[in-house]
Amino acid sequence: MPEIAVQKPIGIKRPNILARLFRALRLPTNDPFAVAGLLIYLIFIVTAIFADSIATHDPTEILYTPAYDLAADLRPGQDGFIMGTTSLGRDIFSQLVYGSRSALLIGVTAAFMVALIGSIIGLVAGYFGKWVDAVLMRLADIAFGIPFLPFVIVLAAFLKPSIWNVVIAMALVLWRDTARVIRSQVLTLRTRGYVEAARVAGSSDFKIILRHIAPNILPLSFLYGSIAIGWAILTEASISFLGFGDPDSISWGYMLQDAFASQALAKQAFYWFVPPGICIILVVSAGFFITRGYENILFPKLGR
Amino acid sequence: MGNFKAVGSRLLQLALVLWAVVTILFLMFRLMPGNPMAAYIDPTFTLEQQQQLMAQFGLDKPLWQQYLIYLGNLLQGNLGQSFRYRVPVGERIFELLPNTLILTFSSLIIAYVFGILAGAYLAWKRGSWVEQAAIPMVLTTRAMPEFWLGMVLLAIFSFSLGWFPAGGTRNPGNEYSGLLDLYTSRDFLAHLALPAATLAIYSQGLPLLLMRSNMLDVMKEDFVTMARIKGLSNWTVVVRHAARNALLPVMTSFAIAVGYQLQGNVVVESVFSWPGLGRELVNAVAASDYPLAQGAFLMIALVVIFMNLLADLLYAFLDPRISHA
Repeated sequence: MPEIAVQKPIGIKRPNILARLFRALRLPTNDPFAVAGLLIYLIFIVTAIFADSIATHDPTEILYTPAYDLAADLRPGQDGFIMGTTSLGRDIFSQLVYGSRSALLIGVTAAFMVALIGSIIGLVAGYFGKWVDAVLMRLADIAFGIPFLPFVIVLAAFLKPSIWNVVIAMALVLWRDTARVIRSQVLTLRTRGYVEAARVAGSSDFKIILRHIAPNILPLSFLYGSIAIGWAILTEASISFLGFGDPDSISWGYMLQDAFASQALAKQAFYWFVPPGICIILVVSAGFFITRGYENILFPKLGR
Repeated sequence: MGNFKAVGSRLLQLALVLWAVVTILFLMFRLMPGNPMAAYIDPTFTLEQQQQLMAQFGLDKPLWQQYLIYLGNLLQGNLGQSFRYRVPVGERIFELLPNTLILTFSSLIIAYVFGILAGAYLAWKRGSWVEQAAIPMVLTTRAMPEFWLGMVLLAIFSFSLGWFPAGGTRNPGNEYSGLLDLYTSRDFLAHLALPAATLAIYSQGLPLLLMRSNMLDVMKEDFVTMARIKGLSNWTVVVRHAARNALLPVMTSFAIAVGYQLQGNVVVESVFSWPGLGRELVNAVAASDYPLAQGAFLMIALVVIFMNLLADLLYAFLDPRISHA
């Protein structure tokens, strides 16, 4: 994963675009909860990027104590394992650290796909109207009729169990909420004076959508994207917990499944199954807090 | 009246969604990797049984003919035969449905009663420290994985304190003469407590937040101001005038919540080994019992679709300003 970090300097080379993008996103930096949410995101992103140096052990390696016994079911702090070990002798702390990687990978890719597909469908339906709108909105009705979690379970079980199939299954259903909201927003934007003016001046539909309408719905896309991050992480956790997750990746859902199947509840091993849940709650509620900050900016009438 | 036309077009939309979901289900279960015949035919079946099944499902025919046979079977209520239980899928599903419905409705009723009261209270206490502290807490309950909450409750109240049983619907060995006898027994209610509490804690956020924001809207309306000017007590204004009007949209959301809850049941039923539709779906998928998985999926989808319809119709009925565009 370090390759991703290397690509970052692009933003430094062209600060204009980055600064403009930030302004267009209208990040809610004056709401204390939203700021806390952004901070939580930042901590998890840093953890995910530097997981290799933060983790104390290989998360999948079966470990042994200095006395050459299997390091199974050790309590936190015992034999130098910060948060203890699993029943198969794996380091819980390292699993937790690496779990942030799959959570962010799934959260960000799923949110990106949901926001992208939803925004494009909403833009096209709202702008072109007529039969295009009718067809796309009936598709949204159909997506609302599909039970989300069962759909993802069945697809994840039939296709090869992998992170990407879970993400694709989620995107296939979750675009519906974003598309509906963006569409109704576009319907009102379409009648604005500057859009009319652009049309009279002979701008193509493509240009009007891209230049005049899309920038105005960007914060809404981002809002629904940040909701989707939480949904995606919760869904992946559920899928992994039920045993249909990617067997090659360590995720918080996988840890919970491992703990549940290894009788951690009966063993009172709270140090094993509480931390992954707390991590999930932190990341998902960070998304909610950012969302709430956004709603105060986008819909100030709602009040707090 | 335009209302009839609106309901008519909504029913047409319902038919489209039903057909589409049934078709997606067909494709999903046929286009899976491997031979669909292998999925439907148990190796222990005799050759005649195999041929009989193949003829029934038309698995030797081209895909479009299989599709027509599938639709025909569905219209007759024939969901096929479960591999594992060797019983018709429909029979098995209707055996499990009451368990799922009891869990869903008991948890949702608790969630709604609590959510409505707490939401109204928080709207009343707007701006106070109680509200400032409560709202992030409510958001946090929405951010919990439901199955994790179930695990924590199990570890504390079942394995540590021993107050409640760890799973299932009854203690082994206890026999009941009928469903009503079972459902009203202490044994059953003790088993129901933890899964219902898990789902209720997760679900109360929606009615709570909805009730609160509706109350805030209603409190600004003229008739509430009028009631205040008339000198009615604070209690009368909040409960008799504002709360009653804020309640309607919250009740509508109950229908949507039933649909969502049914999906969430999939994981919570698995944690508590609750013999319901969701756990059956998971087990059937894991065991490649495709007819049963397909049937359970269809049943859940039907409830979701009809609850969406119910919510739409209720909403239009309660608020005539909403039109079916």
